[in-house]
Amino acid sequence: MCRLALKSSDTPFSPYEVLQAMEAMQEGYDGSGLGLLMRGVQFTDFNYEKDKQVILSGIAHTEEALSRLNGLMEARGFIQKYDHEFKVHPEMIEASDRFKYIVRVYKKPEGMSEADLEESLMQTRLFLRKDGEDHGGDLTVFSFWSDVVMIKEVGWPLAVGDALSLNDNRIMARVVMAQGRQNTNYGINLYACHPFFIQGISTMTNGENTAFVPIKEWLEGKNIPGYTGYQSDSEVFTHILHYVIKKLKLPLQVYKHVITPLKSEELNNHPQGDFLQGLRVACRRLIIDGPNAVIGTLPDETSMLVMDAKKMRPATVGGKPGTWAIASEMCGVMAMVPDRDPAFDFQPMREHTVIIPPDRKELLIWTQFDPFTLPQAA
Amino acid sequence: MDSVRSVYTTPSSLTYCDLPWIIQHREDRCTLCGRCTAVCPVNAIYLTYRRQRVPKLDVLKKKRGNEYRHFVGIRQHTSIAKKCIGCGMCSSVCPNEAIGPVPNTNEHRTVFHQNQKGEAWKRGGRRNKSGATILDRIAFDRISMLTDPALDAGRHEFSLNTILGRVLPPEEFLRRKSAGEWIPPTREIFPFIIGSMSFGALSPNMWLGLLQGVAYCNEVLGIPVVMATGEGGCPPWVLKSPFLKYIILQIASGYFGWDEIIRAIPEMQCDPAAIEIKYGQGAKPGDGGLLMWFKVSKLIARLRGVPEGVDLPSPPVHQTLYSIEESVMKMIQTLSMAFGFRVPVYPKISGSTSSKAVLNNLVRNPYAGGLLIDGIDGGTGAAYNVSMDATGHPIASNLRECYLDLVAQGRQNEIPLFAAGGIGKNGNVTQNGMALIMLGASGVHMGKYIMQACAGCLGNEKGRCNVCNIGICPKGITSQNPKLYRRLDPDDVAQRVADVFMAIRTEMKKIMAPLGRSQSLPIGMSDALGIDDADVADRLNIKYIC
Repeated sequence: MCRLALKSSDTPFSPYEVLQAMEAMQEGYDGSGLGLLMRGVQFTDFNYEKDKQVILSGIAHTEEALSRLNGLMEARGFIQKYDHEFKVHPEMIEASDRFKYIVRVYKKPEGMSEADLEESLMQTRLFLRKDGEDHGGDLTVFSFWSDVVMIKEVGWPLAVGDALSLNDNRIMARVVMAQGRQNTNYGINLYACHPFFIQGISTMTNGENTAFVPIKEWLEGKNIPGYTGYQSDSEVFTHILHYVIKKLKLPLQVYKHVITPLKSEELNNHPQGDFLQGLRVACRRLIIDGPNAVIGTLPDETSMLVMDAKKMRPATVGGKPGTWAIASEMCGVMAMVPDRDPAFDFQPMREHTVIIPPDRKELLIWTQFDPFTLPQAA
Repeated sequence: MDSVRSVYTTPSSLTYCDLPWIIQHREDRCTLCGRCTAVCPVNAIYLTYRRQRVPKLDVLKKKRGNEYRHFVGIRQHTSIAKKCIGCGMCSSVCPNEAIGPVPNTNEHRTVFHQNQKGEAWKRGGRRNKSGATILDRIAFDRISMLTDPALDAGRHEFSLNTILGRVLPPEEFLRRKSAGEWIPPTREIFPFIIGSMSFGALSPNMWLGLLQGVAYCNEVLGIPVVMATGEGGCPPWVLKSPFLKYIILQIASGYFGWDEIIRAIPEMQCDPAAIEIKYGQGAKPGDGGLLMWFKVSKLIARLRGVPEGVDLPSPPVHQTLYSIEESVMKMIQTLSMAFGFRVPVYPKISGSTSSKAVLNNLVRNPYAGGLLIDGIDGGTGAAYNVSMDATGHPIASNLRECYLDLVAQGRQNEIPLFAAGGIGKNGNVTQNGMALIMLGASGVHMGKYIMQACAGCLGNEKGRCNVCNIGICPKGITSQNPKLYRRLDPDDVAQRVADVFMAIRTEMKKIMAPLGRSQSLPIGMSDALGIDDADVADRLNIKYIC
């Protein structure tokens, strides 16, 4: 099973802290890989400005791939501002074809609308990914977005952190989400490792999504660029979140109503029951099934946690004003925020959405039984 | 030896061992009560006196002679009209287990003579092809046990219902909701539906029993079962009752019963569950409904607005049918409008290689509420044998093709596909239905299974009974003769309907729990299916397992 850990803090911290929390949760978990996403990024060697720059994350497996990448980015007009050099200990890495871990900062293109820019960044990521796949998988690209760094690698999570010297504080972040498993159910594929990312939205999940195939087929049928991949059944959670927020332009509260709608008898008594019943019908192919805790983050550094409708994969959230943590085990929260009051830890039930807002002052806990304002539901 | 010319024989002369069913009668047990001959629906047996010569030889007196013994026994007619149909009613009434039909294991001659006076063989029942179907062979093989905690079919909560009616794409739903525009009606129903069997085809007691059972399922058990009328309308008291919401009203090419329905609209307490427009059915594709004169009783004649005792063959196509586009547009839109756009309207077609053409047309029609495809194994009250046995398309690949076509267009959530034709043919109703659901159906319709399980229909795929067409159903299920249908107690039927749906509900959970599914019906979850035939697996786009 996947270990999940997320920490969100007002002051940037080392991602290594989150890896140590995963170490605390090692019992009962697979430790076959690491997926790491950072937001609110700060480099020691470079003054990163999120409004003006975007970050490309990935792996060049060969020198040839790296030089091809350089050429492709240049041809697309992206100007490189910073290239983060990890202090790599290759002997500690299980895989041998890792020529360079890429975390590169580029100047944000100017003169584009926000929507065009978002589209352009995603198309560039998809283009690079396709290019890597066309060349025998010699280039892997995880994200290309403002203020997002992603690392994915095979191996014991803490060992991967050591191999990349993540404890040297040269890269820090305000939000770090980490997942500790490669997709060992099937073939190892770096793209199958959580967290998944699309246009600033990212989620990671533990547990199996048994409704994967019908959901995947539906998402693919929408022909929305970026709804591809699906090396893991959990990738659909990210795309559903993206679909709800970006395509349907609905508030975050509605995500839970889409993936685990309330029953008819419950909706009959809901203030927006009529709208939600209609939404449940329209989005019924997006109803998830299976034991899952879904942890996600958004571009404004909002973090969220939701459960499947059976709550068969519990997760805990805890912390104090300014610093919060979400983990698949209570001991993970303990490791990330040891000086909190555990009495205020919260384990969401099936109807809850837990939000760590960008101001990190207090947790927001929404339930699906709450009314919310929405023009469509009026 | 008699001369050849003195033996009475015609081309259609048969002996009892040429018939599909041979009556075995034990003289030593028979009390001559006569119940068997009285109950036989086709008068296949008769009581008769026989004389037996017993040669007598007195050796001491050197005399030869004969003695004659007389005995009374049951004999079997050998004419085609009175051949035994194997229903076994004689055994069910015999107090001494002295009589019963046994299947003729050799080939039998009657098939060559079922066209007396040039009448091609018409019968009721089903496609007489026995053995495991493709659906029976599909296994649910994607078991979540160690990869994740399995669900508990007995204790966890399951969402088993499906949606009938046109579903808008989410973007369009939100747009219309904001603009206050029309949202197509949908119904949340149980995915196993009692398929179309008309009020003329079924006896009043059968119909009443089914409706009572359906109401009980909805109102007491919380299983939202719906049932479809066939062609031929609906009794006026049902139209004006609150039970109408459990009923899918069918309109077919004869339009029988629709005068009553349209007149009843102002007095309806609730809307029907849906309207089904029958363009075709699996048992007799390209052929209209047929209610033979035997069954056109006074009541049926009144409901259908026709004289008593005449054959009622519906035309093969609707009178309005000029093209798919025109028909779909006219009929779906007209019926939607008749019910104030509050009731889903969908067509029923027979499985065929042209199903996809119909489907693609429906996708472009904003009023179409679904598509029901009835495969070759569908049953019927009356049809030509050749239509039933040899015309049509099996449901599995037909349904799957249509579903994958929708998937390719990204429209699989919009037009719910319903499948019918042989579901539960060998008793595996839930397994068959769930296999079709995972192949892409939103639900299944079943008719024969309901008759067999809820009313004790005696028919099978080996030619047993199959006399639904001529109103002599020995169980009173498909007869309009009060002497016969009084045999069927509606309360008992209702009880069995409840039994059947409770059991299906449990079995659905037993299938879904190991697959890790509980939140929604696993429509299109083809990754859970496997079959031990590589060609079928390839055709259905599922796994080959062995």
